[in-house]
Amino acid sequence: MKVELTALSARHPAARAQSRPAVDGIDLLIGAGESVAVIGPSGAGKTTLLHAMACALTPSSGSLRLDDVAPWSLPRAQLQRVRARLFLAPQVPPLPPRQRVVTAVLAGQLPAMGLWRSVRSLVYPVDIPAAHDALDRFDLADKLFERVDRLSGGERQRVGLARALVAMGGGGGPAGGRAAPPGASVLLIDEPLSALDPTRARQAIGALVDGARDHGATLVATLHQVDVALAHFPRIVGLRDGRLAFDLPAAAVTRERLAALYDRFEHGLRGEVPALAADTPAAPAPVLMHCR
Amino acid sequence: MAASAAPARDPAWLGRSFWLLALLVLLWPLGVATEFRPWVLLEPGNLRVTGQFLGSFWPLAHGGEFLAMVARETWRTVAMATAGVSLALLIAIPLTLASTQALSVSALSGRMARGPFWLRQALRWLLIVLRSIPELVWALVFVRVVGLGPTAGVLAIALTYGGMLGKVYGEILESGETHATTTLLRNGSSRLQAFLYALLPASAAELTSYTVYRWECAIRSSVVLGFVGAGGLGQQLDNSMKMFNGGEVASMLLVFIALVALADRVSAWLRKVLG
Repeated sequence: MKVELTALSARHPAARAQSRPAVDGIDLLIGAGESVAVIGPSGAGKTTLLHAMACALTPSSGSLRLDDVAPWSLPRAQLQRVRARLFLAPQVPPLPPRQRVVTAVLAGQLPAMGLWRSVRSLVYPVDIPAAHDALDRFDLADKLFERVDRLSGGERQRVGLARALVAMGGGGGPAGGRAAPPGASVLLIDEPLSALDPTRARQAIGALVDGARDHGATLVATLHQVDVALAHFPRIVGLRDGRLAFDLPAAAVTRERLAALYDRFEHGLRGEVPALAADTPAAPAPVLMHCR
Repeated sequence: MAASAAPARDPAWLGRSFWLLALLVLLWPLGVATEFRPWVLLEPGNLRVTGQFLGSFWPLAHGGEFLAMVARETWRTVAMATAGVSLALLIAIPLTLASTQALSVSALSGRMARGPFWLRQALRWLLIVLRSIPELVWALVFVRVVGLGPTAGVLAIALTYGGMLGKVYGEILESGETHATTTLLRNGSSRLQAFLYALLPASAAELTSYTVYRWECAIRSSVVLGFVGAGGLGQQLDNSMKMFNGGEVASMLLVFIALVALADRVSAWLRKVLG
């Protein structure tokens, strides 16, 4: 799926309407099947950019087009069908603690699965081979039937990535008869390596890039590890202060450009507060009354 | 030597004593309005009545026929509470799913759309209406409609408890971790799928223990419902009270205590299993 951003600006939903957008006037065209890494210092707007591409965030101005369709002009039901073709993996793996790994991984297929099949999958997992295969690419095949809360932070993150691989597979579908519904064709992965050691990180990013290529899916990942980005992604987008700093093939990203991108941030974050954190002070949790 | 003298008194003292006094002054009219005169209990005449009533508790009634009746009515009480809570679940679960904000698709990108917002609001008001009418009132209504017997009790419990369960289920779901749920919704899952794969596993233990607690409440309230003719142990308790048969009253109260204790153990066990 082709992703096209035209002068797109977006701000965090909780941010004030007058505040500066977290991403500001981004023009970007990502072709179907392309792999792109988004790099930039903390607070540059990488996550907001991903959310905007995932239709998780309404653009405050500018437009988003997916395969030449403007998703935000569609009715909600159709927008939800467009979202089924996009897979957003947040930085914190979204796994309920008491769920089993196999269920958590197969949840990636839900949008393509249909209600009946998803209920059946809770009783008996419908596609154990797919879950096993995806986990195996991240060296987690032995954790297939473990509970999520028994895993380490890094293992959880890799389970979240395995879900992304499964999501591209589509609903599996019944053997024979009608064709399986399509799976996700855009992967939007936020900081996939934040809890992984360097060896695991290289393995994980390799599995993601290979998986996306095998399925012909578009892959956009935000990364803090510049070397990993340069080694695995043909195209690098640099983001700074919500604006596009550069958009180049990996070979053309020079040391000087990187230095400019991370200037002030490499040398101890001089008074610079990430825009997102500044805009959204954590509200205290409301006191709960369970009227017992 | 200290840099300054120790303060002579606690600066918060005056405010505290003022509010304590104010509270007492406020309580006074409440006591008058409710004719709160506990010393009446200790007057010799009243002490004698209380003593006679409590004294009649012993010996406990334990005749074979009576015990068989108690067993039958206990079973009927448990059945009434269980059937009532099951029906209440039929009311509460769809209303919760339809009214919880955690499963809103339109709220994913900012504010919830107006239509879904008012629909959720309307369902919440329905839940408020259901639970704000006490089960006793519903029971009185249904006794007139379907006649004396447990059916009236079951329907009364179903309506009131449907409202309570729906409200508290909604609160439990919204207060829990919703990160997994919104992620699934953002990736295009349906609301029910997001519920089954993210919201439910996140709060299953809390939901179950609250349901068991409500079941225990239903057993207790079925006693009260029995007094207005809705059958079960409560109705027998009412009969024995009217006959001044203290032994039977005491025996049935013991059965109640055992039932409530049992529900407590079941709830604790379920929490441990699901925790």
